[in-house]
Amino acid sequence: MDALLTLSNELAGAVEHAGRSVVGVNGRRRLGSTGVHWRAGLVVTADHTVEVDEDVTVTTPDGRTLAATVAGRDPAIDLAILKIDAAGLAVADVATEAPRVGHIVLAVGRGPRASWGVISAIGHGRRELLSLDLTLYPGFSGGPLVDVKGRVVGVTTSGSERHLQLAIPAATVDRLADELLRRGRLPRAYFGVGTQQVQLNDTLRQRLGTDQRTGVIVVDVQADSPAARGGIVIGDVIVALGGRRIGEPTDLRAVLRPEQVGETLVVSIIRGGEPRDVRVTVGERARR
Amino acid sequence: MATTMVDFAALAETLRRVTVEISGEGGTLGAGVLWPRGSVVTNAHVIHQRRVSVRLADGVRLEAELRARDRDADLALLSIPGSGVPVAVLADTAPVRVGSVVVAVGHPLGVRGALTKGIVHAVGPLVPGGPPWITADVRLAPGNSGGPLADVAGAVVGLNAMVVGGLALAVPSARVIAFVRAAGVAAG
Repeated sequence: MDALLTLSNELAGAVEHAGRSVVGVNGRRRLGSTGVHWRAGLVVTADHTVEVDEDVTVTTPDGRTLAATVAGRDPAIDLAILKIDAAGLAVADVATEAPRVGHIVLAVGRGPRASWGVISAIGHGRRELLSLDLTLYPGFSGGPLVDVKGRVVGVTTSGSERHLQLAIPAATVDRLADELLRRGRLPRAYFGVGTQQVQLNDTLRQRLGTDQRTGVIVVDVQADSPAARGGIVIGDVIVALGGRRIGEPTDLRAVLRPEQVGETLVVSIIRGGEPRDVRVTVGERARR
Repeated sequence: MATTMVDFAALAETLRRVTVEISGEGGTLGAGVLWPRGSVVTNAHVIHQRRVSVRLADGVRLEAELRARDRDADLALLSIPGSGVPVAVLADTAPVRVGSVVVAVGHPLGVRGALTKGIVHAVGPLVPGGPPWITADVRLAPGNSGGPLADVAGAVVGLNAMVVGGLALAVPSARVIAFVRAAGVAAG
């Protein structure tokens, strides 16, 4: 039983190690959620658990309650970044190597509470999320997913659907934290189209040399929007954006992330039965 | 015993020897743990009659008598005749660590001696000021009640009592020891 005892001790040690930078996030009326002290003064959590923009607090592992301000949100991937005065609070030990399918992981919730399993898949739908075979109990969302050494490999979320077991990879969280520090905020990407899913028929798929079954047809182009300036017109069928497949309207949201603001992306469209590429510079949605 | 691999089978063997099946009128009532000095501990909610039947892992059936019951703590103490039966190894009274691996043995839905595994999810009261519980993400079903929750060394850390929100709740061994002592049986 030596190996089992070693594993057990490592898992408990991992929870202790990670728990030092785990906070409770109090940003909604019902049950609070969990957050990770990602960088000095920056706490990340699941965006869907921060229902208010003001009067958010975090609870430290030693029981202190600290005021927090919402510094940025990325609802598309369900991440929010809070600013706190974090004196005396340990910063998360973030893993540098990429997660692998089959790795043993623990989800840590405020308390600390823990749940274990493995990474069951990487890439949820067309997004870069990690799928987990562990249970995210109520209040776990926004907490760290850690490896057996207690190093953070992601931030867990049950998603806006509440029943998923997903994690946002640490590299993605790092990118968003960098973006926030660089710009002082997380901008919301703006493209400016309304779309609906359409089937791509066999003839078209053969001509395009693709196995992609659906795209999105543009049913509305907002005046003076990035899409309009890029030459997108009603009736265009978008099949890819920035090199990533667009099979349904939510795929656009998944590509249009804060770090894309100001970037020029290639939009692959079908217009009048002919494939063509146009370029659109992603704009920023006006701040509320 | 294999030392180079994760050996849940050996752990299951160890725990099955100290886990009993308790039955009475109406069939199987739950599980229990062989405690030192000819006693069996189980949950209070498992025992509704003074005399029940206890089946050991080797199939031997013994008549057991209710000695003490604490409904608040959900604990009951039975006495069994005879000596030479194995007894459970108890974990020391230090709190179990969140994240450590634990296993449960019981008879969920009538499956004798079934082993399920998980980790300690949380330790402490469910409500401020309440009694302490060990919460574990171990799958339990009716028939697990009163059975052992044990660490990977096979030492009993608690008695499985109920399922809340998909999580197992166990009465910590320290509480069981105190209950048994109060009932006048030395913990050994």
